[in-house]
This record gives sequence, C-alpha cells and structure tokens, in this order.
Amino acid sequence: MASPQFSSFYPDFLVQRIWERCIKCKRCVKECSYGVHVWDEKKKTLLADDSKCVGCHRCEAMCPTKALVIRRHPSDFREHALWTPWHIKNIYKQADQGGVLLTSTGCAQPYKNYFDHLVLDACQVTNPPIDPLREPMELRTFIGPKPESLEIEKVNGKFRLKKRLPPLIQLEVPIMFAAMSYGAISLHVHQGLARAARDLGTLYNTGEGGLHASLYEYGSNTIVQCASGRFGLHVDYLNAGVAIEIKIGQGAKPGIGGHLPGEKVTEEISKTRMIPVGSDAISPAPHHDIYSIEDLRGLIFALKEATEYKKLVFVKIAAVHNVAAIASGIVRAGADAVVIDGLRGGTGAAPTMFRDYIGIPIELAISAVDKRLREEGIRHRASIIASGGIRNSADVVKAIALGADAVYIGTAALIAVGCTMCQRCYTGKCPWGIATNNPELIKRLPPDVAYEKIYNLVKGWALEIKEMLGAMGINSIESLKGNRDKLRAVGLTEKEMEILEVKHAGE
Amino acid sequence: MWLLKEKIKEMSGCGIAGIINVKGELIPGDLIIKSICCQYERGNGLGAGFAAYGIYPEHKDYYALHVMAQDKSALEKVEEILAHKTFVNYKEPIPTKKVKTIKNAPLFKRYFVKPKFDEEYQMVCGEDEEDNYIVSLVMDINEKVEGAYVISSGKNMGVFKGVGFPDEIAEFFRIDEYKAFIWTAHNRFPTNTPGWWGGAHPFTILDWSIVHNGEISSYGTNKRYLELFGYKCTLLTDTEVVAYLLDLLIRRHGLPLQLACKALAPPFWMEIDEMEEEERDLYTAIRVVYGSAVLNGPFAILFAYNGGLVGLNDRVKLRPLVCAKKGDFYYMASEEAAIRSICPDPEKVWAPKAGEPVIVELEKGVIPNQRSYLEGRPKEVEEDALRIKCQYIPLQSS
Ligand code: SF4
Ligand code: SF4
Repeated sequence: MASPQFSSFYPDFLVQRIWERCIKCKRCVKECSYGVHVWDEKKKTLLADDSKCVGCHRCEAMCPTKALVIRRHPSDFREHALWTPWHIKNIYKQADQGGVLLTSTGCAQPYKNYFDHLVLDACQVTNPPIDPLREPMELRTFIGPKPESLEIEKVNGKFRLKKRLPPLIQLEVPIMFAAMSYGAISLHVHQGLARAARDLGTLYNTGEGGLHASLYEYGSNTIVQCASGRFGLHVDYLNAGVAIEIKIGQGAKPGIGGHLPGEKVTEEISKTRMIPVGSDAISPAPHHDIYSIEDLRGLIFALKEATEYKKLVFVKIAAVHNVAAIASGIVRAGADAVVIDGLRGGTGAAPTMFRDYIGIPIELAISAVDKRLREEGIRHRASIIASGGIRNSADVVKAIALGADAVYIGTAALIAVGCTMCQRCYTGKCPWGIATNNPELIKRLPPDVAYEKIYNLVKGWALEIKEMLGAMGINSIESLKGNRDKLRAVGLTEKEMEILEVKHAGE
Repeated sequence: MWLLKEKIKEMSGCGIAGIINVKGELIPGDLIIKSICCQYERGNGLGAGFAAYGIYPEHKDYYALHVMAQDKSALEKVEEILAHKTFVNYKEPIPTKKVKTIKNAPLFKRYFVKPKFDEEYQMVCGEDEEDNYIVSLVMDINEKVEGAYVISSGKNMGVFKGVGFPDEIAEFFRIDEYKAFIWTAHNRFPTNTPGWWGGAHPFTILDWSIVHNGEISSYGTNKRYLELFGYKCTLLTDTEVVAYLLDLLIRRHGLPLQLACKALAPPFWMEIDEMEEEERDLYTAIRVVYGSAVLNGPFAILFAYNGGLVGLNDRVKLRPLVCAKKGDFYYMASEEAAIRSICPDPEKVWAPKAGEPVIVELEKGVIPNQRSYLEGRPKEVEEDALRIKCQYIPLQSS
C-alpha cells in the first residue's frame, strides 16, 4: 500500500468560487501554472485542487467576473503555542519526502524589526523645514573610496585639484537594485530593471547568472556579479558594467551558495550561464579560491587587473554575528564598497531553515559596521551598501542615518511588478511571470510594464526622501549620513540603543 | 544654579556682531558692546559673550588659556594637569566686576602656557605640533575634568562669556577696558534649555573663535565626522562643531579659506554641473570628500582668527547677515542697525549671498604671530598622521 501523503491533506489555501458570478470562461485554468483549476469536460464544470494552490492570487486577479477568492484555509488544528500549523506541516512534508525544506523571498519569522522601532525627526520653530518643491533637495551620492582630505594647488590665480579623485560611481538616488540573476527572474524583469536604473541614474545588479546580450547597452548602470559558481563570467562581462560585485554570501542563506533549479535552466539561460539546459546551477558554498581574507584580496586585485582599475569592486556578505570585523577585513583587503545583506534579504530559492534562522538584522549590522570602520579610521576607504528588508522610503532614510551610503532593494522591486509574496519562486512557475523563464509565463510581464512600475516606485520613494530631508531641515543627503540625531528609539532596550547608537524618544 | 553640563543639544536663535581693523589698529571694547547691545531683542538674557584679538601683547607667544570652573577644586585639577603638561609662564584670575543681576558666576582664571613635550620631541617640534598638542590638551580637560572648561586657548586672544544679557556680561568681564584689532560678540536666545555658562558663545579652539546664529541640522553627521579626527564634542552645542570643522579643514587639512567655506556651505549640484571642467572637478571633490562637514540648516556665523574675520551664511541663507566697510574697518552683524549704531555712515553696506563667504584679512605683517589662510597650507604629512594622537597626554584625574 502506498504510504499516505500527510502534507496533501491540509491545504494552505482555499480556492473559493462564487458560482453565481462564474461564467465558466476557463480563464482560471489558463492562469494557474500550478494546475489547481481543472475543467471537467464530462460534468461541464470547474474543479479546484486546493492542495496545489500556493496563494499567488493570480487567478483571482485575472478572473473577469471576480468570481474567485483565495483565502487562508479555514480548517484549523487545535491551538498550540509551540506546535503551530507551520511547524506541523513542515514535518509532514519532510516525513513524506525527506530532504530539505525549500522556500523563497526573505526571512518570514517575526523577529523584532528595528526600522519599526525607530522614528524620525522634523523641524518646528527653532529651525525652518525646507520645502523640496521650492528649494533644491539633493540625493546625489558617490560610491567608492574617497581620500581623507584634498590637495589643492593654485594655478593662474585659481585653485584646482592637485590630484584628481579616484573613479567613483555617481548615483542620483541612493537606491540601487540588488543582485537578482537572469534565470532566477525573467529576462523581462532584468530589462525593466536596467532601463529603470538608467532613467533614475542608479545601478542594477546582474546577479550571478551572467549578462544577457540585450543588456550590454546599459553598462554604465550595471553592476556585474562574480559569485562562487562563476557562471557566465568572462572578461567582456567583467568589463560590461561600472562595478564588479564579489558575492561571498547573501542574507537569505548565509553560508551556502546560490541555487538555480534545473527547471529554470532554459535554452537562453544555458547560453548566458554557460551551462547545459536543464541542469541545476548550484554555486559552491565558498569561492574555491577564497579560503581566507588574503585570498579575497587576491581576487579583488585580479578583477581590478583584468579590468585595468577602471571598475570598482564591491564585496557582498551576509550580515552574520561578526559582521563588523569581517567588513573591516574586506575594506582592508581593498574592496571599494561592502554590501551587507541582512537577515531579511530575499532570494529565489533557499532552504527554509537558512532563510528564517541564520544571520542578523540589517539595522544592527549597519550600525556595527559603520562604527567599526570609523574606529579603525577606514570609513572613507569604502562605501557601505545595506540591503535586506527595505520596504519603504523611511527604511531607506533610517538605513542612511544609521551609517549606510546607499541601499539595495530586491523584493520591493519585484512587488512593484506584481509579486504577491507567495514565496514559491523556486518552482519556476511564478504565475506573475516574474520568477520564471517559462516562455508562456514571462509574456505576462512585458519589459515595458516592468520598467514603468519599477521606475515609478523609486521615483516615488525619492520624492518621499526629499520631503523627509526637508522636514528635518537638511537639503542634501550627505547631512543625513550617520546622523543619529535624526533617529529616536521607541520601545528598544538599553543594549539595542547602544548598538544602534540612538537615544530613546523623549530624551 | 549654574548648570555645568547640559545633556541635550541646545537650540537657539541669536544676534551676532563683529569688527575688524585691517591695519591692526586697536579698537576699544565700547564699540562692540554698543553694536551687540543694539540687537538686544535677539537675545533673552541666557547667554552673551565676546572674543577679542590682540589683548595680550605682553604674552603674545604663549597660549592664553581662559579657564572657567565651578569651584576651587575643579580649578585645582586643571592646574595640576597644566603643571604636568605645560610650562605656565604666567597666571591670574580674570578680572571681573560684581553685577547685581549675575548670580552664581563660576570662577575664571587665565594661564599663559607653552606645551611640555618629551625632551627629544621638543627639539623637532614646530608650531603645528604645538597647536595639535594644545588642541588635545583642551579636549582632554573639557572631557575629563568635571566642572571645568577651557573656553579659549589661542595666542594673544581671549573669550569672555556667560549667562546674562550682553551689557551685563560686558560689565562683568570689564570688556570696556580691553582693546582689540578684531572683536566678535554674541547675544543668545536659547529656546529649549536654561542657559549655562559653557553654552554661551563665542566657541573656540586655539585662536579660532565662532559666534553663531542658527541651528545645525547636520549636527549628528558633523559630530561623528569630527570624532574620526580626535575632536570630542563635549559642550553639546552646534557651534562647537563649527569651530572644530574650521580647525580641521583649514589648519590641519590646509584648505584655502575660501574653499573651506565652500565645504561648509557648498554650491548645489545643479550649479556645479554648470561649471567649467576644472572647477567642476574641484567642487565635486570638495563635496565628495567633505560631505560630512557640510553645515546643513539655517546659520549665519562669524569666525575670527589671529589675522582675519569671516562671515558665512548657510547655502540657502536662512539667517540674516549684513556687512559694511568704512576705511580700514569692516563690520558684520545680524542687523544693519547694529552696524549703523557704531558706524553711521559706512562707505558700503551689503548683504552677502547664501553660501558666499566674506573674508577680511589683516594686512601682512601688522600683528605678531599673524596667520593667513587665503592660500591654504601644506597638508599635514600622512593620512593617518592627520589624527590627533590623544595618547600624548594621558590624564590621571577624571
Ligand atoms: S496557485 Fe495562484 S493561480 Fe493557482 S489557484 Fe492558487 S492563487 Fe490561483
Ligand atoms: S516572484 Fe512570483 S513566485 Fe516569487 S513570490 Fe513573487 S509571485 Fe510568488
């Protein structure tokens, strides 16, 4: 007798059809890439298999008569504070199949979110707020190493620089798009990100999947990534962008490499990644040429040599316990920027245990790294780029006030193009056409739509940041950097405030 | 009660005034008193002060430390440190007068000192090392000695300040008995904290003195930036930050005065983008490297040093500043009336533009130990050597 599949008994979602509205157009059958909706030809009716539903809401959104409602399944287990349905169902899944629990996006556990315990300041009376509609408000930010002081000379009665600045990257907004590889997300999303980055004056990141031929034209807004798998890596690729990011780790799965399931490796992907169609692309946990910090230095300078010192080299790490010391080592190894990806950083595929239980929150990591680099007198030698769980423009402002130079957003950009956070990107079946390479599915999100949505989002955030700066009485973003005066804690412990270097509200 | 330490950063509105004679002729104190008192309404009796240059010609080669102490024991602690760390050439109480409205005044004493280095070091040590030594000494005393502050530490200059209206403070310190070639004065209107003597302006480090009307919204950023270079902001006011930034940018990094002012109140990117390439590179570099030094928020400041007086407004001019010239005299103040009260018929009166510094230096060679920062200076040697080595002076008392 086949053993029962416990996990199929208790679906997560209930597909509810309002029969009075349903016109049996079968649109839902077409929309659901998970095969939940089926047309029963004999009975001339629609059936739904709840157990397959991932709760992406695609069918609901597309149903012309709004006949569908996707709800959390109301069937309950008896209450138990410890053994919640999530834990019970995970155990069923593993008992059924063995193996590692897989998931997507960032940490879903309700750890304290420090951004939500920090409030911002505004001017009243003693100091006039500045109105960004009437006064210039500057968000321009430079990424890269800066000298500690300038040398000036006077020639023909005019002052000028004795030594020009080393190459720096100029951003018009301090928000960049985080590494999401072609393969993990569709080419259309990549095209949208690249175009939006260009029009916004910022950068997008190719991720570790190489660079599709159609994207080379966006080079001056591109960061190319060099991860442990070295997929799609060749000298033209390295030279294609303005910066090269060495990915040591990412917040969603510190300590392990990337994983692109074979289902997602189509013909096009295989060309760009330089791997066979249908094969899993599994990056090793470490870079096999980096077993310690001096090896990292070796790779940084190898990349710089290969690109004739014209490109900046970023190093991305997951925020882990010793993040401050590690970041300091990275800066000393010669990185031009350190990217810290916090506990809540997203991914296309990660073991659930890693996504939810490894790493530390980005807010604490930013503060600790900024402090350490300052103490060691090397803060000017590299920029700090923070990522992982940045949900709105206030989070951006807080991250910068905690010491970051700029932030990366990933999940927010995907939500902007329609992602509903179903957390099943690893299946390659994203019904919204985002985290998939299925030629039929990707049509659901054309590059123009992706571009427009992403562009609008960041433009909106930029406006909000300007408003917030103006309210604080400052008119350029550099006066926000590390400015703890603009932050107050609400409901944090002494220790947390000490690490964040903030005062409590009312102080 | 005299509050020694405020835990909250002060906010204030204020009146300021300054006079300089470019030939180095001495100006009697009465004039500056009159000019600042004309702006009476800009203060609320919670702070006033004066900076005077050229008042100690007989001790011109010694750093004049004006020390304010809440009691004898605090003063003794300072003296102990000074005895240990400096050669004290001369000391005396700062002469004061009883003023009815001023109660609980702290003690004031001045010391004319030179640094005491290790013997071998003494040989190779120049003016810069001496200056750095005094900076660290002042930082250390201010941070570590409970109840005592060094309120000025330049050569041939001094600061007199406290809680009261400007006329009261002037009377208390007998300002009318001094003569100086540069004067600055301040009338304070703190809004959120009771005034305290240490919080009054001018603020100083070495011979830099600052009077300031405004609030610096970038305080948090500036403070953290200064800490990188060993400056400790102990007085919890915006103005202290300005003093240290000037010292860092001009004296230590050697930026020409004009460019240092541009670092503090930089042009907007849209202006920089319009500049010719060479100038654009220069201003871009200033903003990139000195982004954390930008003074953001409304301000008008006057700062003086042994050789000049500078007026500067924030980059959108959110606080008033007026300048005037007559003969060898230049005047700067929050209000034109304050200038006209002592110079009724100036040759020229103007309101400087946002972010455009007004720099007036004395003619060359008219005063001892004269400093000029128009051309910039060679930067202190190596990058890491730029940091003040505070371990020069380990202090026992704390
Ligand atoms: S998986 Fe998505 S499309 Fe399919 S039934 Fe569930 S919500 Fe609808
Ligand atoms: S990208 Fe698609 S698969 Fe991934 S969470 Fe969003 S909707 Fe679900």
